[in-house]
Amino acid sequence: MIERETVQKIARLARLELTAEEIEEMQGQLGRILSYVEMIQAVDTEGVEPTAHVLDVTMTLRPDVPADSGAPPSAYLKAAPDSGYGFFKVPRIVEGGEHGSV
Amino acid sequence: MDPCSLTAVQIARAVKARELTAVAVWEAFEARIRRFNPTLNAFLHVNPQAAAEAAAIDARVAAGEDPGPLAGVPVAVKDNIVTCGMPTTCASRILEGWVSPYDATVVKNLRAAGAVIAGKTNLDEFAMGGSNENSAFGPVRNPWDPRAVPGGSSGGSAAAVAARLVPLALGSDTGGSVRQPASFCHLHGLKPTYGRVSRHGLVAFASSLDQIGPLTRTADDAALLHGVLAGHDPHDATSLRPDQLPSPPAPDGPLRVGVVREFLAEGLDPGVREVVEAALAKWKAAGATLVDVSLPSAGFGIAIYYLLATSEASSNLSRYDGVRYAFRAADARNLEDLYSRTRGQGFGAEVKRRILLGTYALSAGWYDAYYRKAQQVRTLIRREVAAAFETCDVLAGPTVPTPPFALGALIDDPLSMYLSDMYAVVANLAGVPALSVPAGFTRAEGMTADGVGAIPTLPVGLQVMARPGHEETLFAFARGQEALAPELGGRVAPDPEEVSR
Repeated sequence: MIERETVQKIARLARLELTAEEIEEMQGQLGRILSYVEMIQAVDTEGVEPTAHVLDVTMTLRPDVPADSGAPPSAYLKAAPDSGYGFFKVPRIVEGGEHGSV
Repeated sequence: MDPCSLTAVQIARAVKARELTAVAVWEAFEARIRRFNPTLNAFLHVNPQAAAEAAAIDARVAAGEDPGPLAGVPVAVKDNIVTCGMPTTCASRILEGWVSPYDATVVKNLRAAGAVIAGKTNLDEFAMGGSNENSAFGPVRNPWDPRAVPGGSSGGSAAAVAARLVPLALGSDTGGSVRQPASFCHLHGLKPTYGRVSRHGLVAFASSLDQIGPLTRTADDAALLHGVLAGHDPHDATSLRPDQLPSPPAPDGPLRVGVVREFLAEGLDPGVREVVEAALAKWKAAGATLVDVSLPSAGFGIAIYYLLATSEASSNLSRYDGVRYAFRAADARNLEDLYSRTRGQGFGAEVKRRILLGTYALSAGWYDAYYRKAQQVRTLIRREVAAAFETCDVLAGPTVPTPPFALGALIDDPLSMYLSDMYAVVANLAGVPALSVPAGFTRAEGMTADGVGAIPTLPVGLQVMARPGHEETLFAFARGQEALAPELGGRVAPDPEEVSR
């Protein structure tokens, strides 16, 4: 079981709105999972490098030049919930300003 | 001949030889999809262009061209792999109605090989789960027993192949999501070497672990499909170049099969143990050398997997913000509200649980104790796996500790569900290729949750791992397993009962 406030705090960090019932359920479930993973604290990892890549290879870089993405920007805008004038549209961000969302 | 009883190798050969048309092949499989998908719920979407794609293949054959190694073969694609002209939902409300403007590299590869894209298959939401019950569009049923789960997260792909709705399907495997359903559905399922198959167009879950792999009924079909999927892709920075792949092993002497002691220890279902030990005994009788090996840190696999995979997921899934993809909560007052309401309403319970766990593991004060510590234990597992391959060609054991469990049996117990992948996650954590092959069937006593009753005969898979880049060794093992147990190859799942919807 973890604290209700802890669940609320990480939900806020993750931008995840939870109902009161969900918070209660997560308290128990996350608590049980965290007590299970606690077993790794017993492993002696003194001087062990953390894994950064599973294989001993260097990742391939490609030239930093513009290339065809395979679809025009309009195709990505069409897949969004709201768009216009070549942009994604969102609700008003600045409270009380003269210029809200278009 | 009935195309649905043929392997992919046989279909491609028949289409190229003009013994079968790609259109006739598609019509036969489509008829089975229409009949049985209402019961199985394996497909979320059937490709409306499939018949036209098949006709185009026939036209190329008629013109004397070779359409490629998968000529006229229908292939189902897990619905977390993006496709033009068809929805990609990840079985989530948050992507419902979204259509990708581009094809994933693996889908391009399939088209270039002459395959017909059959449609998109059901999964656990964002590939998070081991039963396919976490789909926003309903669970999938196991063709071998409709009371059992097909496994997950590639449950729709596995059920579709096992029920002969398609000869081939793609899955994705982050911590067992191809191999566990392969084990539960009497199939071959491969998790390739990390970097072997491009993830460009695979919706990201845990980027240090994800790989795309085939689900098939035969060893040759698995090798054929993997051959089409694998290769370097400049669009995926983790994709391996040919010069980064180790040279294939020169066969010398009897196969050395490392039997992982920890995979046959406590927690293994007795029925599964019996099947796996019998299969290994056959290998020994056939001349293989069985080597007792130990991976002492394997027991920490699930613990570190659920820290690393959730940490990576919490980052990868931050893109679903109600701005760029299909779903947006209707009642947001400001931008932060838009994010949290869209995510609160769009994600299901398991996805929320994992985002929260990952956010916690990465948050200030906990990073060293969880994320960094888990990456250190991961290094230990990688070293142990590498050491084991100094004395063995493959490492073997059960794929899953249990036979397929009943629908609903573990849905309220996330931790027990996670333990279903306790043997499978080792290959993802170490980056090595791993294949589940059909090993036999068991009668599952004790799987009687919720009054379902004893489920009769259920599939059991044997998992083999090989050194990085040594997929061919795994396919050779799978062909050997087919030769040692020919009776298993002939067994196909019974046709499901039809329901009307």
